Amino acid sequence: MNVCARAVAGIGALSLASAALAQVEDIPPGWGVAMQEHHFGTLLVDRFEYAWSDDNEEALVWDFQGWYGGDRQRVYLKGEGENTQGDGEDAEFESLDLLYSHLIADFWELQGGLGYQGGLGSGDHPERGFAVVGLMGTLPYGIEVDTSLRVSEDGDVSASLEGEYDLRVTQRVILQPRAEIELAGSDVEEFGVGEGLNSTRLGLRLRYQITPKIAPYVGGYWEKQYGQTADFTRDEFGEVEGSGVVAGIRLWF
Amino acid sequence: MPSAPLLSRRQLLQAASLLGLSTAALGVRPTWAAPAGLANVYPQGLEDGPQVSLAVRREARQIAGKTAYPITLNGTSPGPLIRLREGQDASLKITNLLDEKTSVHWHGIILPSNMDGVPGLSYAGIAPGEVFTARFPVNQNGTYWYHSHSGLQEQLGHAGPMLIEPAEPEPFHYDREHVLLLTDWTFEDPRDVFRHLKVAEGYYNRQERTLVDFFDDVAKHGLAETWKQRSMWQQMRMSSRDIADVTGSTYTYLVNGHTAQDNWTALFRPGEKLRLRVINGSAMSYFDVRIPGVKMTVVAADGQPVQLVPVDEFRIAVAETYDVVVEPEADRAYTIFAEAMDRSGYVRATLAPRLGMVAPIPERRRIADRGMEAMAAHGGGMDHASMSTGSSDHSAKAAMDHSSMAGMDHSSMAGTDHSSMAGTDHSSMAGMDHGAHGTAHAPMAEMNHTPADQTASAAHGSGLLAAGVAQPESRYDQAGIGIDPAERRVLVYGDLKARTPWPDRRPPGRELELHLTGNMERYMWSFDGKKFSEVDGPIHFAHGERLRLIFVNTTMMEHPIHLHGMWMELENGAGELIPRKHTLNVKPGERVSALVTADAPGHWAFHCHLLYHMDAGMFRVVKVA
Repeated sequence: MNVCARAVAGIGALSLASAALAQVEDIPPGWGVAMQEHHFGTLLVDRFEYAWSDDNEEALVWDFQGWYGGDRQRVYLKGEGENTQGDGEDAEFESLDLLYSHLIADFWELQGGLGYQGGLGSGDHPERGFAVVGLMGTLPYGIEVDTSLRVSEDGDVSASLEGEYDLRVTQRVILQPRAEIELAGSDVEEFGVGEGLNSTRLGLRLRYQITPKIAPYVGGYWEKQYGQTADFTRDEFGEVEGSGVVAGIRLWF
Repeated sequence: MPSAPLLSRRQLLQAASLLGLSTAALGVRPTWAAPAGLANVYPQGLEDGPQVSLAVRREARQIAGKTAYPITLNGTSPGPLIRLREGQDASLKITNLLDEKTSVHWHGIILPSNMDGVPGLSYAGIAPGEVFTARFPVNQNGTYWYHSHSGLQEQLGHAGPMLIEPAEPEPFHYDREHVLLLTDWTFEDPRDVFRHLKVAEGYYNRQERTLVDFFDDVAKHGLAETWKQRSMWQQMRMSSRDIADVTGSTYTYLVNGHTAQDNWTALFRPGEKLRLRVINGSAMSYFDVRIPGVKMTVVAADGQPVQLVPVDEFRIAVAETYDVVVEPEADRAYTIFAEAMDRSGYVRATLAPRLGMVAPIPERRRIADRGMEAMAAHGGGMDHASMSTGSSDHSAKAAMDHSSMAGMDHSSMAGTDHSSMAGTDHSSMAGMDHGAHGTAHAPMAEMNHTPADQTASAAHGSGLLAAGVAQPESRYDQAGIGIDPAERRVLVYGDLKARTPWPDRRPPGRELELHLTGNMERYMWSFDGKKFSEVDGPIHFAHGERLRLIFVNTTMMEHPIHLHGMWMELENGAGELIPRKHTLNVKPGERVSALVTADAPGHWAFHCHLLYHMDAGMFRVVKVA
């Protein structure tokens, strides 16, 4: 599989990097290296929440990212999706990306790899694959952003931009505004995507850090669709603007 | 030497120490508590040299009332006091009973490089079940320590004090001595600590600025000023509260293996002069040490004698040692208070005429916010991408500005008191208008003094500062972050003066400038922007040469820089009487220089002594040949 090949290539690159160890000549081989290079991995479930929308829909929503690697090169797995409750359908991944990531500046990583959208093993949702390029990092003022540009297997181009900010109210209470914008280069009716600005989504979450790794939260969101995307939704008798409340937990491993 | 008599001698010593030291162990008193009159120099056991055996194990011990699994040396963690005498031939046998490799580095001891105990440089390390004997002539005296140089073992308590008695009597008098070994213990696996630092910036900081602090500041300084200050830090994506990477949120601070609760007590008779040998054997923690109600007289730094400095408090960087003489007069208890630099915790011991006494614990200070000097270090207001320290060689470029400063006309300065000059208004900086920081560096940038390649011109021996003169941008008159000099007399590097000039009076033949660099967010630490895994080879010193090392700290953290095998003579402005040290604390934004006589052939470790900084790559090899 393509995905696997990419992962293997990425991990290969990582081990190659770690092989470049500082050598001191005329030290007997077998003494080892004075300081080892280390690799790490982590998984952050940024959002794992239950959402109640103002049009009486309920959904389980998730958004996670994990990585493994060194200081400059890493392999990322990112996933975002939801399972609408009571619609008789299985969960859908809005995106599931496997990316190679390279540190290009102190606060910025350039990422590229493969993406997937669909039901992951379920026939309830249409599927498509992407080539993904992204830029992830922190803007001045500590605003964390994750952008990605996608080209689907059919050549359809789309982009997304996410930003969030942690405002520390106390050592444990953190207010997090977040914003998400989706754009597309062409109409893809099957996925309800219209050309141009698709949607914006704003959220505000207040979390309580029991430990830095476990933080339950409550919050709310507002979202709106635009243009052809909104029309596609209307055709399906869906709401193009709405809001909701959420309760969830942020986890970190 | 045949081994049989050696063994019996050892048994004799053991028997003696059992009788002499540990009578209390049989009774109800804590094991460290020996009645006044006996020498309870150090509670974790004594190994008298020159022949010493250390068995290294991992075993369960009680720390702060909980079961912990430290690395022990002869059954204690931290390990026993090794006592040697100047002029002896030390023979220190280490038996590794761990299930991984280990090593012991004799910190601050001048010895052959194959005895220095650094795996990969001195030897391959000591494999499980193996024995290694470090043999070296003891040509110095003073207070030192030893610790593992393998992985993160030091964090597990693999450390202990080492005391070398002088061959000649010392020029000061004392009646009794105590060792105070400060360490930081965590119940977490050190590998987890490292991972937390690597994957989640600020993981251990529970003193971040909050909205509450913001409103407090607005009330104090007004909205405009507060906004200006805060927005600068925010623009830099940094925390001004980043004082310590690993804090009291996971650490239990220990003195001689005992918590503040345990209240380890050092005994004295009123009127006696006590010599306290204070060693910072922490993995990551700087401490501020004081004894309320008692003036301390600093008599030695890093084991080397210095001219007496009376102080109320001293900051001890990781791996440093200070010897102070105190003379508590009243028949009462005194608290020895060691507060972590970021104020996230403390440890205390008690100085008392009898056991079971306590004195009040002084009021804790609040964490300070880093100010202009730290921002300047990071190039505040400048283009950050170009200051990038982790991902490119830009730091080398930044270096140019600084090295060109060395070309300034210092002749006019040479006569003035540099220690006071360097920092005149720095102490007031915390209260300064931080908004003005953008201009702080401007004059420097404009001082486009020629020699871009300072090192090359230095090779000719021209254009260098005179030996012993303090670098501009050093702050030897300041103890550092969180210290209010108006509150009490605190030791600063500018106070340290050798008793007599150190033997090599040659001026430096060249300068070697190293930038201390890092990327906080990724927890990457390095010299000149390159982690150890990224450098091609060692730093070369020519055997016998006299050179000047210059450290420029471009990060916002303090770094205790340690050179193995050779002394660093700290150019703190004391001219001929510059002190020599094995570990130099370099504050954020500071430019610190030291003279080195490269008289020790071999490969030597050279690194930041913050354990996780070193392991993250702030490590180099110095090759003297």
